[in-house]
Amino acid sequence: MIVKLEHVTKKFGDVVAVDDINLETRDGEFVALLGPSGCGKTTTLLMIAGIYRPTEGVIRFGGRVVNRVPPKDRNIGMVFQSYALYPHMTVLENLTFPMRLKKVPRTEMLQRAQQVADMMGIGHLLDRKPGQLSGGQQQRVALGRALVKQPDVLLFDEPLSNLDARLRLSMRAEIKRLQLDLGITSIYVTHDQVEAMTMAERIAVIRDGQLQAFCPPNELYDQPRTLFVASFIGNPPMNFLEVEVVADGDAFKARCPEIEIPVSAERGRAAAGRGKVVMGVRPEDIYLTRDGIAGEVYVVEPLGRDDLVDVRVGDVHFKTLVDPGLGLKIGDQVRFGIRPERVQFFDPRTEHSLLWN
Amino acid sequence: MSEDIARMGQCKGPNRLLDHLRRAWGPFLFMAPATILVLIFFLAPVIIIIGISLTNMSSATGFKNWAWIGLQNYGKIFRNPKSGTIFRNTVFYVLVTLSLFNVGMALVVALLTTHVPRRGGFLFRSLWLLPRITPSVVYIMMWNYIAADAPYGILNRHLLTPLGVKPTNWVPAQPWAFVILTNGFIGASFGMIIFSSAIESIPRDYMIAALVDGCSLWQRIRYVILPMIRWPLLFVTTYQTLSLLTSFEYILLLTDGQFNTEVWSLWAYHRALNNYWGNFQWGFGAALATILVIVGIVMAVVYMRYFQFTELVQEPRIEAL
Ligand SMILES: Nc1ncnc2c1ncn2[C@@H]1O[C@H](COP(=O)(O)OP(=O)(O)OP(=O)(O)O)[C@@H](O)[C@H]1O
Ligand SMILES: [Mg+2]
Repeated sequence: MIVKLEHVTKKFGDVVAVDDINLETRDGEFVALLGPSGCGKTTTLLMIAGIYRPTEGVIRFGGRVVNRVPPKDRNIGMVFQSYALYPHMTVLENLTFPMRLKKVPRTEMLQRAQQVADMMGIGHLLDRKPGQLSGGQQQRVALGRALVKQPDVLLFDEPLSNLDARLRLSMRAEIKRLQLDLGITSIYVTHDQVEAMTMAERIAVIRDGQLQAFCPPNELYDQPRTLFVASFIGNPPMNFLEVEVVADGDAFKARCPEIEIPVSAERGRAAAGRGKVVMGVRPEDIYLTRDGIAGEVYVVEPLGRDDLVDVRVGDVHFKTLVDPGLGLKIGDQVRFGIRPERVQFFDPRTEHSLLWN
Repeated sequence: MSEDIARMGQCKGPNRLLDHLRRAWGPFLFMAPATILVLIFFLAPVIIIIGISLTNMSSATGFKNWAWIGLQNYGKIFRNPKSGTIFRNTVFYVLVTLSLFNVGMALVVALLTTHVPRRGGFLFRSLWLLPRITPSVVYIMMWNYIAADAPYGILNRHLLTPLGVKPTNWVPAQPWAFVILTNGFIGASFGMIIFSSAIESIPRDYMIAALVDGCSLWQRIRYVILPMIRWPLLFVTTYQTLSLLTSFEYILLLTDGQFNTEVWSLWAYHRALNNYWGNFQWGFGAALATILVIVGIVMAVVYMRYFQFTELVQEPRIEAL
């Protein structure tokens, strides 16, 4: 099923929760809606579910306009952060509830429930109540309840946020695997960028109700179209500094008062002659070298595999990932370089990328 | 300081005993204030009433010259030709008021006012509370004014005459309808408040899940909302049954038991505290009251069975304090 949002806006009184979003999934695609708290992800999802009606715009399921179609006629499955399993029903009753409402024959109902339960590995829990299950088991049941309807679209609202880190990791893989096997178009709301990056084929980044980007994870990472996307995606986050890019013959240099950073001609050209621009550098694109920019180690944060080192040059700070074997300490003098073909440039006023538009 | 800690470490034996005692007595300590209140204000009166019901105490005997007479009062009740009628009246009055109003209408109003915009619902519920805070006498006077015989009465003058219905003195004509209405409109507001707050506190995700799963409005009420407010339902049903069994002031004010509207508690009142002949039969009234207490307890147990009370109060997950 192809889900399409055309100029969809949702207002609650004066609050614009979703602002003119355009988005089209492919059939069977896994799409993540990613953004900070309160940006309108849940509102968007609930409009797709039919709980909210868009204030403006059109939502289509496979070409059919569904704006006025009630949730029960959309054939969707939904999974919540809170699981939302009916506490007074057993696992089996929870699983069969949607089918009972549709008056599916009893034998078929039980067979489908059993099949889904086996798939989710909850076959031995069928006569328990949700209160007697662990969080992970509850989430499996919730996922099963969504799948048992054989939905055209699966909607997830931060389904893994209540699970502990290890379980989240394995459920992540499992949901991804299930979705691939079943090929059901899925829309997955999360504020966890790692979840979005690892699971989704394409990520829609939302900020203040507006769609900032809608593209595959690697493109989001390597070609951020706005300053917000660049700063939101990536952990540790990108370094930003205000520079002026000047041409020096064939070479380009990014200058701020105390530093001069060589950048590739291809990228530098787009930013040259525009006055002050914002330069973005990912921590992993900064490397220590003998002949580079001189700075002083300001903070060292051990992350295990790497040390996150804050290097100060005058008033400018660069965060970079360093091999812990070097044993850098606060106050050490270091020299570093920046990969010239990896830098990003943004217009400081519009916050749009100067490279990718 | 560190010495203290060291010493505490050494004398483990007595400490463990103290610990044990504290654990055993802890729960009782926590429950003590409530237990004392229940004992003084509930158990003691019940015991006194049962005691009085075994005597011939009345205005004639006074508080001095009464005598124990065993179960004679109960025998009198069972032989009394009125008791059958009054018992049936009471059952009818309690069942109909409870099901139509105190639980039924309370539930309907709660469901309606939680499915309209919040402000409207809130306003409606506040208005519904007004009769409850109106003094009973004033409240019943208003009903009398509504039901009064021609040429007075709102019902007769403004509603029925224009429709061509013949005016009547409504309270004697339909005594039960008015007894149930007057009690029901007030009784319903209690359940309404409890139910609507219970409905509003059902997490929104359940409602969304129910919609996505394909529930119609009725199915959502039947399969999601009602099971989730089973506890308040049990509470309101039990509480209101007991309250209806024992309350009689509106009936007293409206009909004073005339037109065959005498109910058990009103009977007890009439015999024990407001007797035409001036002989207040405290012993007999106490026996009537004791029967009410027994009926009330039986009903409460029945309700708990029906609502599967043991399932509602599951063992706490926290085992040690
Ligand atoms: N029913 C509502 N009435 C009024 N405002 C609402 C309502 N629902 C959401 N909003 C507002 O709309 C905005 C977006 O809310 P939404 O729940 O979609 O955020 P979200 O991206 O899901 O956030 P989170 O990650 O915290 O769940 C917020 O500013 C919120 O306050
Ligand atoms: Mg949300």
